Amino acid sequence: MLSPDLRREAEALVDRYPVGRSALLPLLHLVQSQDGMISEDGVAECAELLSLTKAEVGAVATFYTMYKRRPLGRHLVSVCTNFSCKVRGAQEVYDRVSERLGVGHNETTPDGAITLEHAECLGNCEGAPVVSVDYLNHECLTPEQALELVDRLVAGEVPPPTRGFPSPGIRPMSHRLAGLGPVTARPGEAWVVDTAGTPKPGAGDEAERRGLRARERAAAGDSASGPLHDGADKGLGIGSQATPGAAQAPEGTGAAQREAEKADADAQVREAGLSADEVEEESGYSARESPTNDPGSEERSSYPDADPRKQDLEADRPAGDRDDSRLLTDRRAAPDGIADTPQSDELGDKRPPEADRETGTYPGGDTTIRSGTGGGEDNDRDA
Amino acid sequence: MPEPVKVLTKRYEVEDAHTLDGYVRTGGYAALRSALGSSPEQLRQLVKDSGLRGRGGAGFPTGVKWGFVPQDTGKPIYLVINADEGEPGTFKDRELMERDPHQLLEGIVIASYALNCTRAFIFLRGEYLWPGIRIEQALAEAYREGYIGRDVLGSGVDVDITLHYAAGAYICGEETALLEALEGRRGQPRLRPPFPAVAGLYASPTVVNNVESIANVPHIVEHGAEWYRSMGTEKSPGPKLFCVSGEVVRPGNYEWPLGTPARQIVEESCGGMLEGRALKFWAPGGSSTPLLTAEHYDVPMDFDSIAAEGSLLGTGAMMMFSERTSVVDAVLNWTKFYEHESCGKCTPCREGVFWMAQILERILEGHGRIEDLQTLDDACDNIFGRSFCALGDGATSPIKSSLKYFRNEYEQLIERGRLPQEYAAHAGVVTDNSGMHRPSQLVRR
Ligand SMILES: Cc1cc2nc3c(=O)[nH]c(=O)nc-3n(C[C@H](O)[C@H](O)[C@H](O)COP(=O)(O)O)c2cc1C
Ligand code: FES
Repeated sequence: MLSPDLRREAEALVDRYPVGRSALLPLLHLVQSQDGMISEDGVAECAELLSLTKAEVGAVATFYTMYKRRPLGRHLVSVCTNFSCKVRGAQEVYDRVSERLGVGHNETTPDGAITLEHAECLGNCEGAPVVSVDYLNHECLTPEQALELVDRLVAGEVPPPTRGFPSPGIRPMSHRLAGLGPVTARPGEAWVVDTAGTPKPGAGDEAERRGLRARERAAAGDSASGPLHDGADKGLGIGSQATPGAAQAPEGTGAAQREAEKADADAQVREAGLSADEVEEESGYSARESPTNDPGSEERSSYPDADPRKQDLEADRPAGDRDDSRLLTDRRAAPDGIADTPQSDELGDKRPPEADRETGTYPGGDTTIRSGTGGGEDNDRDA
Repeated sequence: MPEPVKVLTKRYEVEDAHTLDGYVRTGGYAALRSALGSSPEQLRQLVKDSGLRGRGGAGFPTGVKWGFVPQDTGKPIYLVINADEGEPGTFKDRELMERDPHQLLEGIVIASYALNCTRAFIFLRGEYLWPGIRIEQALAEAYREGYIGRDVLGSGVDVDITLHYAAGAYICGEETALLEALEGRRGQPRLRPPFPAVAGLYASPTVVNNVESIANVPHIVEHGAEWYRSMGTEKSPGPKLFCVSGEVVRPGNYEWPLGTPARQIVEESCGGMLEGRALKFWAPGGSSTPLLTAEHYDVPMDFDSIAAEGSLLGTGAMMMFSERTSVVDAVLNWTKFYEHESCGKCTPCREGVFWMAQILERILEGHGRIEDLQTLDDACDNIFGRSFCALGDGATSPIKSSLKYFRNEYEQLIERGRLPQEYAAHAGVVTDNSGMHRPSQLVRR
């Protein structure tokens, strides 16, 4: 269940679009900001908000890579292994980070600190190899620098990315992805939500959230920089970042430099409208509520992970001795995919789920047409 | 010889260009004021006259696309900005939004006015959180100062812009899949016709344009079609952002007129290939465009010249690789990308790309058979032109072209069961990036 605050934001999101269903992707980001994954509850609530079936929502949720079916750790670390990065050493970065953390693709460390994934091109190839922490990119990392980055994340520090601000965690960042940032229109335009633009912690219980909110307000009161929409990244301009690599603190970093960096990072957090407390708050999250410590969590997850075809193949493969030719023949000899039960499961993720779509004509019947109270109204009435 | 230009990147060196202050101080929103003094028809004609071609990959003339939109259906007209930039090697839209978000917003307002559209969407790749935050801030400022929203600058024109983060699926860059995703569905492409111009978002007339395409619009309005045509070639006019990555000294976005030879861009802007590495193969416009070789280094980077060499300009994402890099390694990497990103709607792409990845992997692991090359070739022919959308076509590009130019490397690999010594096993080889600082000013020679 979404918390009352998130529920209000969810309803505002639905109202933002000419047709409510357009809010589904943002809603799922919202669910993920609270639950750290696309939970069964969250699917049900989206379905209810949009008058869809759970199957319809599930079909959408399973299509997109950024929606996770197992609980995310405190931070999501994505290592780009597409070729422009690989040619500059990304594979070694990934392998070493994976080894250090003891987890593979889409897995979370037992302490709940980090979920690791290898990513496709992150659109930052000029900074290869790229590692992103909660979708904020760290450029040009050597394997050693990448190891230092994840070590510090595990220790509860957040080194500043090349551009942007130190991430308070994947949950607050997922909240940003719902598009509830400071996109302020004029009062009365209901579909544009004004949430003062502060990244909010999406996790934790309501009391904790309220506590944070109070501190947030206090911080906003005595800080000149104010909330995010007032030039949050002041001083973080791209041009001002002289040496991107420097942020990653290469070997030999003295304690003093660390201290300075931390102060710098804190300053940036404040600029971003967060109090440093919150980052710590967020860092402490896993200790109290580690998603992966829950042995039942995996079974509870409503979706099988990723493309099971691959898992299947991986399972068939003895490590070190991959005989693909045998696999090829096996797979070819397999009975017609669709009728075969395990295979139809496999395809579940990829088969077109909705037969309701006539090309060109918008069904409309299964969606509520909504009009905003503002500028969109005249425009949308005919939709 | 062409000279580098500064049109889209003219504010890249202005530190506060991403703020309204910085943007307006450097002449921003002047084009909007002058656009509001012309009629929508005049603006559409102007863009048509400029010869601007879409920068999202297909190179379709933007003015012509705008002309396809029926103005009299009684339905609302929508403008959707394709900011889903996912083509491997492409990072131009990201930097554009990070450094100069108001340029995009100004383009959107002008384009919306020209199209009689009052509601525009920016469909942003979910991983682009930082560019998104920049856009959010720019939107808030522009709304506050009346450049967007009700009654733009007192002109009586209404334009609203909604930022919409996607959730990680390359296929959503394809315009009809994008519209599906924006409607809250799985991002699978639609059958065309009807084209989005006629029945797009919510079955209403819709224009889908790339970020860079729209960012050109304020400049065209400000300086005129003739000025615009003074850059580039007759059929590919204007400036272009080239994203150069791979084994070059200074990877980055560099703005040059269309038609600039690839060699000039790489040598002058990027400092050439890394020391001791000679160019072996490169993709001119992202991994979906057929590979070219050192032989094609002097090809002018415009839509028609590249097509004449059997490839495509695509997004202008030039990925440069040297003799120490195995083309089969690269092709497998990209094929796995397509395998992961295939939306599963059509069989040739869903199954074909999967099998091609299996075969390539087998070859690279030393279990290849010589017949595999024929199988790959056949599979490509069965995917190309038979898949539902262009993703499948794109997936065949690296395979087909590498078989064409580097068949002997495949054969060698199959015969010997491993890569020859001179190829770097990439893990760990090019990781010394200590000297590779990102240029803080990306437009330089
Ligand atoms: C698989 C696939 C991916 C695409 N990805 C993008 C993309 O990320 N960004 C983009 O602008 N266009 C992309 N396109 C092209 C769009 O379909 C469309 O042609 C373009 O957005 C039109 O804008 P333009 O005319 O301004 O170029 C993609 C096309 C295909 C087939
Ligand atoms: S290849 Fe890594 S960001 Fe593009």
